[in-house]
Amino acid sequence: MEEILNISVSPHIKTKNTTARIMLDVIIALLPAMAAAIIIFGIRAFIIIADTVFAAVLSEYICRRVMKRDNTITDLSAVVTGILLALNLPVGISPAIAAFGAVIAIVVVKQMFGGIGNNFVNPALAARIILMSSFPKAMTTWAVPFYYKSGEVDAVTSATPFVIHNGGGEVPLKDLFFGTTGGCMGETCALALITGFIYLLIRRIITPVIPLTYIGTVALMAFIWQENVLFHILSGGLLISAVFMASDYTTTPINTRGKVIFGIGCGMLTFLIRYYGNLPEGVSFSVLIMNILVPLIERATQPRFDKKEERNV
Amino acid sequence: MKNSPLALPKKPFSFHGGANTPHYKNTRQKQSEIMPCPEQVVLPMLQHIGKPCKPCVKKGFSVAVGDIIGKDTGHISAPIYAPISGKVTKITQVRLANGRLYDAVVIASDGEMRMSKSIKVPVINSDTDLIRAVHDSGLVGLGGAGFPTHVKIDNHQENKCDTLIVNFSECEPFITADNREAVENTDDVLYGIITLLRYLHVERAVIGVEDNKPDAIKALKAAIEKSCDEESRHICVLKLKSRYPQGAEKVLIKACTGRTVPPHKLPVDVGCIVMNITSVGFLGSYIRTGVPLISKRITIDGSAVSEPKNVIVPIGTPVKDIISFCGGYKEACGKLIIGGPMTGIAAPNDDIPILKQTNAVIALNKKDAVQPPVTDCIRCGRCISSCPMRLSPVLIETAVKMKNVASLNRNGISLCMECGSCAYNCPAHRPLVQVIRMGKAMVRNTSKE
Repeated sequence: MEEILNISVSPHIKTKNTTARIMLDVIIALLPAMAAAIIIFGIRAFIIIADTVFAAVLSEYICRRVMKRDNTITDLSAVVTGILLALNLPVGISPAIAAFGAVIAIVVVKQMFGGIGNNFVNPALAARIILMSSFPKAMTTWAVPFYYKSGEVDAVTSATPFVIHNGGGEVPLKDLFFGTTGGCMGETCALALITGFIYLLIRRIITPVIPLTYIGTVALMAFIWQENVLFHILSGGLLISAVFMASDYTTTPINTRGKVIFGIGCGMLTFLIRYYGNLPEGVSFSVLIMNILVPLIERATQPRFDKKEERNV
Repeated sequence: MKNSPLALPKKPFSFHGGANTPHYKNTRQKQSEIMPCPEQVVLPMLQHIGKPCKPCVKKGFSVAVGDIIGKDTGHISAPIYAPISGKVTKITQVRLANGRLYDAVVIASDGEMRMSKSIKVPVINSDTDLIRAVHDSGLVGLGGAGFPTHVKIDNHQENKCDTLIVNFSECEPFITADNREAVENTDDVLYGIITLLRYLHVERAVIGVEDNKPDAIKALKAAIEKSCDEESRHICVLKLKSRYPQGAEKVLIKACTGRTVPPHKLPVDVGCIVMNITSVGFLGSYIRTGVPLISKRITIDGSAVSEPKNVIVPIGTPVKDIISFCGGYKEACGKLIIGGPMTGIAAPNDDIPILKQTNAVIALNKKDAVQPPVTDCIRCGRCISSCPMRLSPVLIETAVKMKNVASLNRNGISLCMECGSCAYNCPAHRPLVQVIRMGKAMVRNTSKE
């Protein structure tokens, strides 16, 4: 045998799993939420989702080209970012603003920090917060569920469950569970989000640690503060954030102890902002703040295998 | 033996992490074939962990099967015997799969397979006799590591070991050589175990076997049942989950006894001796016949091999001769793995010889030889959840990139046994074992300074 054979370090076989396959699973897990958004808020929801996905993928492609790096759009992570951003927007938002958000998420938050795996905050969440501070009016104009059936297109606004709640009103839990209330496109339907959560668990894409500690902390605090526990779990962006944003690999701690701290932190901040803050809803900010704390959590929870004596030096 | 021996385990203890590797045990049911004597054999003087042997023959010497040709040079070393009869044609240097050069004795066959007159059945009456016999047999750990067995059992004397664990998990994909050993050589395996129990004063023996070998489990259980020796009542076959790396020493000890070997400690520190089933089987046959370690059962498999099978070959047979015995290459070979696909070493060509500790040769075609592209780490944590030692490969990789030796030590890099579970499971296909080896070299170089 004259030629030299292929040489590499073991293992010589590898899993067929890839980053793209994981992202595809996340997209599949988001399908029920997207379907719910389209059923509740009409075809316009589909247009906004397509709009942000397109903007996200295109900006990722251009960005990588400009930076002279490998093309990464096939790993589908930009698609996930686009979908998540759309699901966190009100259906009445202008497609231009939504696309702007997607560009911010991909270019500023993700690619400028090195692309997939290197961003320090969740791109979709950061983009949402930037849009909220830039376009507060558009970002808080909520459409009435099934508004499209009434024939009227414009100026049909509704309040989110939290606005109603803070004003002393109550929203039936049934509406919260099936999502027939005002709010961001993807956050209203608890049923769809829980379905997605179960899919992610079955496919072992995520561990339940962060979603459960996050939601559990909110529930516990709601109970202590004598609020309606189920209302707090089902309303606002808690479920979508706990399942899809707070469990994002890149921007959360990698080991279980860190994940527990992260989940509890998110839960506490969410409840405190909801209860004491001026904002009606604190989910995005809570997760974002905890994202920023991840390096510190990681440092505190890193397993240590060096000997005790060496540790004291 | 004590009055109340340790109970035999009924159920295995589970372990953390690992990988769901495919089994590919294509050759499991095939009777092993004995390969005819090759034209020549190449015997490198390092076929074990420890000091290389010194050739004790010269060019032109005539040797018979079982004649000593390599003398051990230290305590941690094992003698090497002529596997065929013929003439020593040269003492040369060969490059082994690990890339280093070693002295090697080349013997051209005379085709007669004349047995040496020096072969005699060992007389064993005590533990010292047994250890001497094991030393003289040239036995090393046949599961792949190649640690001289006489050193292993010598150590166990002072340490009061109570459990002999026979490693029959064979958790690597493709390999079925141990499986065939247990089926075809059941009596020797049992005889080996009984001898070890008897003379090392070990209380019990646990044969840890993955549940994907039903025929071997049946054969072993039947043999234990049939045996009239007192010791056989303290031997059990423990069915383990088929999950890689079930056969890694520390993992296996945990699975069979529930004991955890502390960091930087050895199996003896928790009272265990771990021996591969083929080693035990060889020991059994050596005690009966006195023929030293001169041949080996090798699994030949992989997508480039025409007829995958188990072949019993003289040690030192070049890989290419064995491949031609298996019908040659079906298609162009892209990668030749000495050992299993999870921990084996990729060889640069097929001229290299079979060593004592070689248990498989896997030839992959060009398509399978190509590794999937490496993409960016997404911090999914699969490497952490798959590490049986509970390390964090992702953090080690970062530390290697930053050349941060303190962080490498903090992350316990020295505990890594390079099983490859992390690299197997990584969806970004990052070469984690390679990076960890680089990190270990960094740590070594720093401590030297």
